[in-house]
Amino acid sequence: MVPSVAVLLAWMIVPLVMTVWFSFQRYNLIDPSMTGFAGIDNYRFLVTDPDFWVSLENTLLLVGSVLIVTVGLGTLLAVLFNQPFPGRNIARVLAISPFFVMPTVSALIWKNLLMHPIYGVFGTLASSVGMQPVDWFADYPLASVIAIVSWEWLPFALLILLTAVQSLDHEQREAARMDGAGPIAQFVFITLPHLSRAIGVVIMIETIFLLTVFAEIFVTTSGGPGNATTNLAFLIYARALLQYDIGGASAGGVVAIVLANIVAFFLVRSIARRLEI
Amino acid sequence: MRASPLQRLFAAALGWTVALVLFFPIFWMVLTSFKSEGDAIAPRLLFSPTFESYRDVFARADYVAFALNSVVISVGGTVLALLFAIPAAYSMAFHPTDRTRGTLLWMLSTKMLPPVGVLVPIYLLFRSAGLLDTRTGLVAIYALMNLPIVVWMLFTFYKEVPNEILEAGRMDGARTLTEVWFLLLPLTLPGVASTGLLSLILCWNEAFWSLNLTSAGAAPLTAFIASFSSPEGLFFAKLSAASTMAVAPILVFGWFSQRQLVQGLTFGAVK
Repeated sequence: MVPSVAVLLAWMIVPLVMTVWFSFQRYNLIDPSMTGFAGIDNYRFLVTDPDFWVSLENTLLLVGSVLIVTVGLGTLLAVLFNQPFPGRNIARVLAISPFFVMPTVSALIWKNLLMHPIYGVFGTLASSVGMQPVDWFADYPLASVIAIVSWEWLPFALLILLTAVQSLDHEQREAARMDGAGPIAQFVFITLPHLSRAIGVVIMIETIFLLTVFAEIFVTTSGGPGNATTNLAFLIYARALLQYDIGGASAGGVVAIVLANIVAFFLVRSIARRLEI
Repeated sequence: MRASPLQRLFAAALGWTVALVLFFPIFWMVLTSFKSEGDAIAPRLLFSPTFESYRDVFARADYVAFALNSVVISVGGTVLALLFAIPAAYSMAFHPTDRTRGTLLWMLSTKMLPPVGVLVPIYLLFRSAGLLDTRTGLVAIYALMNLPIVVWMLFTFYKEVPNEILEAGRMDGARTLTEVWFLLLPLTLPGVASTGLLSLILCWNEAFWSLNLTSAGAAPLTAFIASFSSPEGLFFAKLSAASTMAVAPILVFGWFSQRQLVQGLTFGAVK
């Protein structure tokens, strides 16, 4: 136990302290003359930078939209795939497959094979029924990224919620049915309350990952056009590795850590309550 | 629950439609990979299949290098994580103390640290240690990244092993190492295997550290695929062939380990 705890402790503490330290420094990788203590300058620069607020807004929009789509659809699909029908297991396997596709692949497949205005499937379908093809990434950049990320995470929500639905007590539903509850009433008053905990877990875990969506943006839009799809993760990456502004990037990093910690606080608490040791 | 034939038909139609829609991008990727470049830019279902793109991708010597990097880094990261995690999970499951619960929860909380938050220091540390663009560096990162999940999963599997079996071994004079190796490991082999599988999947698909910490020497398939995003690289059939080969093995692994995945990813909170 000691070695794991030790390496994890080092893994967590060392970079964390360094991030906080750098965020108060003047530090640019290609400008050695910039040194010394910067105080809160990096933070002041960050909060007066419109790009930062746009990136924060984009981050929240991305997380919020994907959560609504995946949890909403995921719940309905979990109930659907719990119904007996021929070939259900194969259908289920097909439906959860997108989760195992690496993010760079899914982003490129969507961008080039599906959403490309001239060569993509959507464009061709639109033209064949006489509609104008849409240039998704130019006209609706953030919505396009949201669509891709939702496609990746819907299977995750489905998988977790399906596991939860399967543990539903049949006698309870049977009793409700006897009392004359229709399918919708059963769903609202029995299935949903039963799923509430699993939904909570899905929301928390997805939020942690969605706050730092990176590869999908990196390969499709590189944060653009302009800053339309720059989220916090991409902003920090651009600051540090494209503009070499270590101090500014670190200040952004601290903001990201604070954001994630707010979510983590609730997640750890909700899991701790169920933990039997 | 009894369902009328009509209900079943409805569920089947809806279920299959949803499944096929969700699977369509993957299906289309595989289909495109068998087209010639000319056919690939015209979305249609009928075409004369060819292995041209696969040959081309393989002919690029560096594809093999990228694939090899992916294998080495994923397997290395997983093995390293297991090496650290097995003793940790063992002591937590069989010799718990007052602090075990707290330690487990703390491990979980390290998973919440967003990678972007620590990108800068890790990048600088790697640069000064000469670990940038090395397999060793990524193996270490991946092992640390998955360690909390791996410890948690192993812990839940070990907890199901009755303590008496291990005690009997100890009576017979087994030392701790023998106990873990000859008693615990064989008993929990399926659990350890599925834990490793989950870790492999996560390493294989990881695309934040691999994109930021590698350039050419140690870059895995995630980075290779990302290099197709440049505008001049618009070869749809080759992109699809490379993607199909990058995704196929892990997709098959994923199909087999769905259930463990739920447990691992929710830290056992949903069963």
